[in-house]
Amino acid sequence: MVDLSPVVFWTISAIVIGSAIAVISSKNIVHSALFLVLTFVSVAGIYATLTVDYLAAVQILVYAGAIAIMLVFGVMLTKRGDIRESNLFNQYKYIGLLIAAGFLIMTVYMLSLTEFPVVAGPIGSSVELVAISMFGDYVIPFEGAAILLLVAMVGAVMIARGGNKKQ
Amino acid sequence: MTSIGLQHYLILAAILFSIGFYGSVAKKNGVAVLMGIELMLNAVNINLIAFNRFLNPDVSVGMIFAIFVIVVAAAEVAVGLAIIIKIYRERLTTSVNDIDWLKW
Repeated sequence: MVDLSPVVFWTISAIVIGSAIAVISSKNIVHSALFLVLTFVSVAGIYATLTVDYLAAVQILVYAGAIAIMLVFGVMLTKRGDIRESNLFNQYKYIGLLIAAGFLIMTVYMLSLTEFPVVAGPIGSSVELVAISMFGDYVIPFEGAAILLLVAMVGAVMIARGGNKKQ
Repeated sequence: MTSIGLQHYLILAAILFSIGFYGSVAKKNGVAVLMGIELMLNAVNINLIAFNRFLNPDVSVGMIFAIFVIVVAAAEVAVGLAIIIKIYRERLTTSVNDIDWLKW
């Protein structure tokens, strides 16, 4: 469908996987958070190779701009002890690796067995399609998502509210 | 050179999901567990958008679902971080091994 040079896809995929592995394997959690930003930006590049320009922009704005910064705030507010030893593995280091590798091998095997009915479609901006659906068929879930965000934000403020014990 | 098809995107998403899963089960720090969950949600988004673009490009259901996944991810990370900060105030730790109030 998409007539893109495979070099772009392989390069961006290598950045995605390499920085995701760096998120997991880094011992310093601040480095993990920065590699997480790199992962989010390169996943936006993957969306761009799929010609989904709207979601690429949303990915950079929401994930790299908001969620990653919130995680950095979380790191800064809970730092304790030596920061270079702040992101270690727990006792499931090896059995977790085994299960994740088993899941990956199983998934790739099943994908290699499956034939997908790929169809060619129009290639263009996706903003119009998304907008028509979002404010047409999916307007009730859209409002529900807005209420969910509001409730989550108020709840987060209430849970994390600071220590005046008298209130 | 072969062109890039749906399978390439699905395998990329599977690898990213496995990395996120490993991070969320094998890390000690609660914030790192949240990072692993974010990686898994990103992998799901790649899957949804790839299916939408390759199998049914005339409608936008996959993209709408991806937007809702992003919304839920934002809500989840806000509440999760608030809980971690609260636990840190009570116990001065963010290690998931020390959060065992519900065990007996």
